[in-house]
Amino acid sequence: MADQYYDPKDLRKFGKITEWSEELGTKFFDYYSTVFEEGALTAREKSLIALAVAHTEQCPYCIDAYTKDGLQKGITKEEMMEAVHVGAAIKSGATLVHGVMMMNKVNKLDG
Amino acid sequence: MGATKSLQKSENELADANRQLEILSNGIFQNGELPTFARKIKESNQFPLRPRTLEILQINVGYMCNQVCDHCHVDAGPDRKEIMTWETMELCLEVIRNTGAHTLDLTGGAPEMNPHFRRFVEEASKAGIKDFIVRSNLTIIRANKKYYDLPEFFKKHNVHVISSMPHWTKGKTDKQRGDGVFDKSIKALQDLNAIGYGMPDSDLRLDLVYNPSGAFLPGDQASMEKDFKKALLEDFGIQFHNLFAITNLPIARFLDYLIASENYEDYMYQLVEAYNPTAVANVMCTNTISISWDGWLYDCDFNQMLGLKVNSKVKHISEYNEKVLNNRDIVISQHCYGCTAGAGSSCQGTVT
Repeated sequence: MADQYYDPKDLRKFGKITEWSEELGTKFFDYYSTVFEEGALTAREKSLIALAVAHTEQCPYCIDAYTKDGLQKGITKEEMMEAVHVGAAIKSGATLVHGVMMMNKVNKLDG
Repeated sequence: MGATKSLQKSENELADANRQLEILSNGIFQNGELPTFARKIKESNQFPLRPRTLEILQINVGYMCNQVCDHCHVDAGPDRKEIMTWETMELCLEVIRNTGAHTLDLTGGAPEMNPHFRRFVEEASKAGIKDFIVRSNLTIIRANKKYYDLPEFFKKHNVHVISSMPHWTKGKTDKQRGDGVFDKSIKALQDLNAIGYGMPDSDLRLDLVYNPSGAFLPGDQASMEKDFKKALLEDFGIQFHNLFAITNLPIARFLDYLIASENYEDYMYQLVEAYNPTAVANVMCTNTISISWDGWLYDCDFNQMLGLKVNSKVKHISEYNEKVLNNRDIVISQHCYGCTAGAGSSCQGTVT
């Protein structure tokens, strides 16, 4: 085990996942590449969604990959940051909306 | 980023082509971490790389340029004094009149800065070449009054204009090509459109070249073209024909940037991982001869900048012989991965 959990070079080894389970690995990568093909959404739109989710998932590999992917697709830094804010808004909104549960509980126990 | 002088003027060690070749052969390629380009094309039985039919004569008429772009593989700039003489141009004209190539491609630097540029274009256009390209950086058209009539001059000689445009936004363009480049480029494109260049049904061809502003590969050419067309039309009323997406090759100023920004290894990994054997069959060195300002012959403009002359008995325009030249092995090094990544890359964009 390395002296750190995350190593940027490990991203290059992602494809090796298949070596220990060829069928599942291949199915995953086939699915993955199909998802990102141009469809009802453009590849550009999908890249921005992936970037936002990469942040909410706090996945360094995904942030690395989809920042580069965005640059390759000509996406500007302003567009990238807006996408990250969308992710952040949903993430914080998801936290805050649970405040309603707290309010319901307080009202039931001590209302 | 933000160059103001050429590597040569700055006395940067990378001004020496041999030093660049050393870097490209050492480190990750020497210790076997990544395969050399020769090894890679051997795996797909494409070694040695050999020419197909010659289609394009690309002539570099000088390294002088009014811009100092960060990514420039020529290391061009106002401080470069290498300029093709009329005597060498006459040798080129003789070749142009007799070549089997259907395309003539003038490049630089800013080719328009060569004092004999107009005379050369006038003479060359008489040779009946099917596609006569001038690679114009656009800002030259607005750089000085003496260049303002260039669009009309291009039109008169039915020149196919190909121009660099790294992005449809000012910030990204100026970052790569210098402050004020975007506004001047937009004005120049509008001037070209005004006389018919780039219009949908026009024979006056106007194509743009996109190359990434940093250490990443270009995206899908067709998608980029769609985005460029939409943005330039909506924002500035500009139209053009095709967009060519070109990969930055790790040489000269772009190599300097990769090393300084600690992106070199990662970039080489990207190139090698994106290696596409299908692209190898169509790389531009297989249908092009590149001629330098002083008349030497190369497999491509990149080899020219690395000082890698053709591997042939015929090495100079003064002894030009197409038949002999076509029977040669193409000179390769690790920079060649730039032309075989993804959909491939050439001065005419993707190759697959």
